Amino acid sequence: MQQLDGIAVSPGVAIGEALVIDNEGFRIPRHYVLREEVENELQRFQNALESVAADIQQTRDSVATQLGEQYAAIFAAHLQMLQDPHLRAEVERWIDNQQYSAEYAVSVTLRGYARAFQKFENAYLSERSHDVYDLERRLLQSLVGHERQQIASLDSPVVLLAHNLSPSETAMLKPEFVLGFGTEVGGAGGHTAIVAKGMEIPAVVGIGSFLFDVSGGDRVIIDGNEGRLILRPDEQILQRYRQRQRDRQSTVVRLESLRDKPSVTRDGVPIQLMANIEFPHEALTSIERGAEGIGLYRTEFLYLGSAIAPTEEDHYRAYGEVVAAMDGRPVVIRTLDLGADKLSSTPSELADPNPFLGLRSIRLALANLPLFRLQLRAILRASVLGSVRVMFPLITTLDELIRAKQILNEARDELINEGVPCNREMLVGMMVESPAAALLIDRFIEEVDFISIGTNDLIQYTLAVDRGNPAVNDLYQASNPAVLRLIQRVVQVAQQANVPASLCGQMSSLPQYTMLLLGFGLRQLSVASGSIPEIKQICRRVDLEQCQQVAAEVMGMTRVQEIDAYLAAELAKLNLGGPGEAGSR
Amino acid sequence: MRNCVSTRKVTVLNPQGLHARPAYQFAKLAGRFQAAVEVIKEDQQANGKSILDLLMLAAEAGTELLVVARGEDASEATEALGQLMEQMVSLEKIQGLEPE
Repeated sequence: MQQLDGIAVSPGVAIGEALVIDNEGFRIPRHYVLREEVENELQRFQNALESVAADIQQTRDSVATQLGEQYAAIFAAHLQMLQDPHLRAEVERWIDNQQYSAEYAVSVTLRGYARAFQKFENAYLSERSHDVYDLERRLLQSLVGHERQQIASLDSPVVLLAHNLSPSETAMLKPEFVLGFGTEVGGAGGHTAIVAKGMEIPAVVGIGSFLFDVSGGDRVIIDGNEGRLILRPDEQILQRYRQRQRDRQSTVVRLESLRDKPSVTRDGVPIQLMANIEFPHEALTSIERGAEGIGLYRTEFLYLGSAIAPTEEDHYRAYGEVVAAMDGRPVVIRTLDLGADKLSSTPSELADPNPFLGLRSIRLALANLPLFRLQLRAILRASVLGSVRVMFPLITTLDELIRAKQILNEARDELINEGVPCNREMLVGMMVESPAAALLIDRFIEEVDFISIGTNDLIQYTLAVDRGNPAVNDLYQASNPAVLRLIQRVVQVAQQANVPASLCGQMSSLPQYTMLLLGFGLRQLSVASGSIPEIKQICRRVDLEQCQQVAAEVMGMTRVQEIDAYLAAELAKLNLGGPGEAGSR
Repeated sequence: MRNCVSTRKVTVLNPQGLHARPAYQFAKLAGRFQAAVEVIKEDQQANGKSILDLLMLAAEAGTELLVVARGEDASEATEALGQLMEQMVSLEKIQGLEPE
């Protein structure tokens, strides 16, 4: 058993067989075979041994001819390792006694040696682990074939373990077969995190190097609550996590009963709970969870899924699907919020040395007007299908906001001239996610119909922390008083100006912040749809006076630890009966 | 087959320890004998014909090993393997090889 800590990005517990994808997208298939297949597996192993041995022999011979015998010696050593009687006996024992597949037996045996070598203090000896991994790779390639196994072709449930998952890879996954994610890199605000939340799959990212320690088919646990990956759990741990899964299931059932109940505080103030979505199909799930609308529709997937830029029709179709599913409920569509590096259509000379401070989001849109106009036209066209609003991301200057609105007006006039129907009164909002926008909110507010506070970026820019960098990830703190003061101020100014304000960062999905945010004066939250019942339950348990007290108390504090402990204690006082409290069913 | 046992103490002279190439040479030579060859380092033992087993000993420079051979040609085996271990460093020098 091995326990590894990472960053929890999507809650829940997943227990299952690991599907390991290395950097080359290489996958190790099955774990066990049927008794009657054992003979066949032994033969396959034998064939792989012979074929790899022939390969190495050939390499040895050609190196010997070209460079001389002494340089070929290392390949002779590799060949000897491959044909080592112990190695062979061990692999055959795993297949014969445990009914392991040839691939799994090879992987377990060779990784066992590699791990042992890695522990040696002598560098010359510990580096032999690379030779062993190389042999493993060769044997597996011979067993599986060179064809890359597409993760899209999954046909049984697995826990997906990878160095990193690209946005397009995650987009191709079939949710019904992915129990959980674990990745070596990535941070709380990264794409895998957002997708996992959207798919409601437990996920842990930023675990650090671990792929060498796990074989495909190993049993693993993803603990998306604590941010932990457990490889080959022992029986005790396994039982404990199975119990947690059952508890969570009962909590989910209990929360489901809240779906049709109104989201109002005890003193009768309605709190509008909206959903954050990424894919059109999530619109239906969010209604099932009781969302009153879509508070943030991220449109990036249109750009990331394929190699060619999406057409106006692609945009229109996706928006139309969401708007139709929401059936008259409000849908806030956020315009392109990507870095230049993520766009396949942008020239490579735009490679950004510092992407978070570079040409991204609204800046990229304004620097790439045809692209921006095309998206705005599609949004305007969809605006007649329901209650559609448009929102501009990462505004830092008033000029940007005014320019963006101007392009929107031009696109609207264009459509009107073409005789294409669109809503002339479509509401226009902006994300408040830069400290500049928060500080100058009193000026920005005059130019918009609504605002939405994006805490993920606001935290990152206020605290100067790259949320994707595990080395500084602990400094990424939603409860930092500097962040809280900005949020409080923005909400106050919006209230005074009578402009609706929402909050759509990850902070809104975390139950410990709900009372604080209501205490600040927020009456609308946009959350991951899976979190709606939980947040609604809190709204229904509290009254505003209590929330305002919590806010006043927190704003008097200076240390993050103090704030976190206080908020956790206040949440516990509500006695909601979380997943850990099986007795409260 | 006569039940013959022969032992010999050897010291790892390679500055980088018993790494891949010396282990390879040892296992290759051991494999030529009928006798079973065992290499013992303190409480660890390895099959002298298995390169992976030998590497698992993690025998650094200066480590004392006990070579035990059992079988008809046991004494020839320990003699040859002992000589190999003594010559290992000079062999590598002659071949102009740095340890990898």
